[in-house]
Amino acid sequence: MALLARLGLEPEEEEFYAAQLGGILAHIDRLREVDTEAIPPTAQVVPLANRLRQDEPLPRLSPEEALANAPETRDGYFVVKAIQDAGDA
Amino acid sequence: MASISELHDRLGRREISAGELLEEQLTTIEEQEPRVHAYLRLTAELARAQAQAADRLFREGGPVGPLTGIPAAIKDVLSVQGVETTAGSKILAGYRPPFDATAVARLKAAGLVLLGITNCDEFAMGSSTENSGYFVTRNPHDPQRVPGGSSGGSAAAVAAGEAVYALGTDTGGSIRQPAALCGVVGMKPTYGRVSRYGLIAFASSLDQVGPLSRSVEDAALVLEAIAGVDARDATSADRPVDFLSELEAGVEGLRLGVPREYFQVEGLEPGVRSAVQEALRRLERAGAELVDVELPHTDYGLAAYYIIAPAECSSNLARMDSVRFGLRDESAPNLLESYLRTRRAGFGPEVRRRVMLGTYALSSGYYDAYYLKAQKIRTLIAEDFQRAFRDCDAIVSATAPTVAFEIGAKMNDPLAMYLNDVLTLGGNLAGLPGISVPCGTSEGLPVGLQVLTPHWQDARALRVARAYEMVRDAA
Repeated sequence: MALLARLGLEPEEEEFYAAQLGGILAHIDRLREVDTEAIPPTAQVVPLANRLRQDEPLPRLSPEEALANAPETRDGYFVVKAIQDAGDA
Repeated sequence: MASISELHDRLGRREISAGELLEEQLTTIEEQEPRVHAYLRLTAELARAQAQAADRLFREGGPVGPLTGIPAAIKDVLSVQGVETTAGSKILAGYRPPFDATAVARLKAAGLVLLGITNCDEFAMGSSTENSGYFVTRNPHDPQRVPGGSSGGSAAAVAAGEAVYALGTDTGGSIRQPAALCGVVGMKPTYGRVSRYGLIAFASSLDQVGPLSRSVEDAALVLEAIAGVDARDATSADRPVDFLSELEAGVEGLRLGVPREYFQVEGLEPGVRSAVQEALRRLERAGAELVDVELPHTDYGLAAYYIIAPAECSSNLARMDSVRFGLRDESAPNLLESYLRTRRAGFGPEVRRRVMLGTYALSSGYYDAYYLKAQKIRTLIAEDFQRAFRDCDAIVSATAPTVAFEIGAKMNDPLAMYLNDVLTLGGNLAGLPGISVPCGTSEGLPVGLQVLTPHWQDARALRVARAYEMVRDAA
């Protein structure tokens, strides 16, 4: 689960969190007591219809502003690490 | 300590300038901060420029409003253009938003003097501000105790006189609970009242921006400035904004619902219960009618909340990816390792817990049993409130089951920490407006009275809270 969530955990941390999350899930399991067969789910609690705006350009960030917080940029792009280890290709 | 309208009058009569008011505040901050630690960072230079601009308006007879020149603080989850904004997390250290959150932009337009950015639990996840990636904020009433959370820095700053008002955010009680524990007013508006544009998202279907202040009237004034539809948040509502005209209308003839379940929750301290019951007696003497109401799914609220909020946060925090902003562990040999090492270095324990819990609840095979189930329970909780509001105009209870607890007391027991929110999170699940107003003390520490009202009846919640304030202060 930690890997799926892209969290790097050490083995001893995995045990620590597994125990804590087990306790929380035990509490959450009380939801099974409630019969919800005929109940619709709620995703958004205040009813609002789709709100559309005119398809016109609005003021937006310049590329420099959008890139200003990035750890690494080149030629107006974000730089990411290679998907494979260097040398693997 | 003076209210916003008193300060506004003094500024208008030129008894004090915005610049002088600011310098007084900065002196108070200097005196209090070694004890309270409410602020992550001060913005004195920006504040001086804003105070000068406010003084120019007062001097030249320009357009001034109630908030012009009033010094305030903002929680570290709302984007302030060019000012480091980190959501209390190491993973966003150094991040300077290139734009203002709508709530911040509206305060600036209303004449904000920004004192600084207040501490909070990391990504607003917590009830004590102990989960901040930076340091622990202390309760001004007892520095050995927590200020509540997640907007603990904002609540402590207002309580210690380090800001006239502050903005916070509330996902499960994160404005109301710290307001209660610090003895100030805190309001979570109806979901959709205040734009969430520029708010660093925790749980998007629950998050709302709102004020913390010394008085109910101050909260109403701040809410007037920040509320209203915004094209940049499709969930913001186009509803009339008027929180002042009914404010002094009193409670005579109003039916206040007292939910039996809210007075029987696990861990409700006797001193908190009796302070709230005394407040209800005073409201009754002021002309309100107390009626019993039921919220039968209260026992399931915490469990549903701790599926829905972590599920949404696990999705929202996926953007903390070391690519566009924030930390990056440069030692990583590839992209996957970059994610893992950066998020390992940047996220604290509570964020990890919730991201794992949410990822689990959304994963295939568990989705129906957890996420979908929780959404159905959410329907039942919202229906409980709808049914209760047929018999009453507002629902009243304690804001939090306990007074401020000692630092460290609940850090090793996440479930005990979560129980702090058991009386507030129903309002978030149902999208209701709710306000906490100080109602006496227990063991010498502040207790909060919570008032919940139906969707869009924010003005009525403020009115009931204001009526209580009057009978409280008259006694």
